[in-house]
Amino acid sequence: MGDILVFAEHEDGKIKKTAFELLSKATELAQTAGGSVMAVCIGSGLTDAAPTLAKYGAKKVVLVEDAGLAKYNTTGFATALAAVITEYKPTIVLGSASALGKDLFPRLAAKIKAGLASDVVSLKIDGGKLSAKKPVYAGKALVDVCFKSDVQMATVRPNSFGTKDPVEGAQAEAMSKAFDGGSLTNPIVEIIKGESSGKADLTEAEIIVSGGRAMGSAENFKILNAMADVIGATVGASRAAVDSNYATHSMQVGQTGKVVNPKLYIACGISGAIQHLAGMRTSKVIVAINKDPEAPIFAKADYGIVGDLFKVVPPLTEELKKAMQ
Amino acid sequence: MKIAVLVKQVPDTETKIVINANKNGIDESNIKYIVSPYDEYAIEEAIKIGGETTVISMGPDRCIESIRTALAMGIQKAIHIDTQGKSYDSYQTAAALAKVIKDGGFDLVLTGKQGIDYDNGQVTQMAAELSGASQVMVIDKLTINGDKAKVERRIAGGSKEVYESGFPLFLGCEKGLNTPRYASLPGIMKAKSKPIEKKSADELLGGATALVEFTNFELPPERAAGKRIEGEPPQQAAQLVKLLREEAKVI
Repeated sequence: MGDILVFAEHEDGKIKKTAFELLSKATELAQTAGGSVMAVCIGSGLTDAAPTLAKYGAKKVVLVEDAGLAKYNTTGFATALAAVITEYKPTIVLGSASALGKDLFPRLAAKIKAGLASDVVSLKIDGGKLSAKKPVYAGKALVDVCFKSDVQMATVRPNSFGTKDPVEGAQAEAMSKAFDGGSLTNPIVEIIKGESSGKADLTEAEIIVSGGRAMGSAENFKILNAMADVIGATVGASRAAVDSNYATHSMQVGQTGKVVNPKLYIACGISGAIQHLAGMRTSKVIVAINKDPEAPIFAKADYGIVGDLFKVVPPLTEELKKAMQ
Repeated sequence: MKIAVLVKQVPDTETKIVINANKNGIDESNIKYIVSPYDEYAIEEAIKIGGETTVISMGPDRCIESIRTALAMGIQKAIHIDTQGKSYDSYQTAAALAKVIKDGGFDLVLTGKQGIDYDNGQVTQMAAELSGASQVMVIDKLTINGDKAKVERRIAGGSKEVYESGFPLFLGCEKGLNTPRYASLPGIMKAKSKPIEKKSADELLGGATALVEFTNFELPPERAAGKRIEGEPPQQAAQLVKLLREEAKVI
């Protein structure tokens, strides 16, 4: 098989940790598939990209530096990546199932006529081809995606594989590729920073604290925010809480919200409707705090506390504070 | 302005999924089908903008019911791309849709950010690429001003990207864009007699072949119910933190 190319996302030149996870997996796949692991980075201010990506397994790093690509642009990025793929001919191309990856990869796949598996949670080499496993029906079922194209592409759900320790001093060959994409249509004209910018997005968070209808008000979410701050968690909500205007839609976890994959999910006052469970069932460890001992969430929880969340969360926050010291 | 709304018919979110005997799909008996929830925001937005609106749905005959739902809400025209018992991957679906969209001369194409069955979230972007049109996915605000659209989409951390684009333009809609209306009774009655133009998926493909195949459908491993932590809240809290540290090792 040929080489594996990882599309590494960055924010103002700082490589995102999803790229390290992808490189770790690509390195593992390359051991079976043969070929070399490459990374590509698009944008501006990418001076640290190659040495950083090298530590996680990239042997070659292609940099497409262009002031016009400093902000994300679908057609610009798709054109740039297609050119890199045409020149370096990888057989596998991996990206993150992030807001950017989900926008870009299908466009790129159609451009180069490559098969794409979206939001995959497992990847392996089977008979010389890539095989990907992805959740369907919001995780109520899983399916294997087999490829019929020469180039095989996948976007990976964050936190699916874990990241290997960086190898200090590892080197990668850095190569630049000029961008020749013509004029860009539909540019981003403004970026509005959100209140929780700087915190991990729900889809990438390692720890999530979520509140349901039992929160009772938007104001009451402050006790979850306080607990989240102690353990570096991102705060989520059930659809019931969002529909009651206790939380914003960007916080919704579930089939019509975000599908999350943290190592720890703490559900507070969430009964566990099938749509909510679909959105968080792959969490490694689930904690449920609920007054109703019959709540369906307890059937999925590793640790359950039957009790009033308003009585349990404050002492829990104190205990977590002690534990984090 | 000519607006197309792409609608997918999917199993209701309440559906308990059962895998079929061949493991190449789900057991479709006893499934209640609905318009994919995100597509409802696309339908509502098209009606709000006005102009000439057309709903396009690709699938078996049963998806006519979803087309009628869109018509009942207020969409004017309808095209059903009949799959005649065959299944197509995202790329083929996009190729067929792109052909209909190009032939129809649509300026704006609205659809949900993803179908909630396979959760691929691919067809809109692929169809935009194959149509040579711009695209913005996961939008929750749209303002049209003459020949320009201003669009907002949410990214990580509650932040938003604001795009400015000309037409033709494909938009994948997210919850929050609007509140979809319920079809009125007269709307439902009128929708029943509206003509639905039928096209054959096979003929629209233009030779596009499948690039991926889905095999081996399976249910995820069941999670076993874990430990109940008894006691008063302070003891429960202490015990939980101990377990998270020492047993689960997640903090």
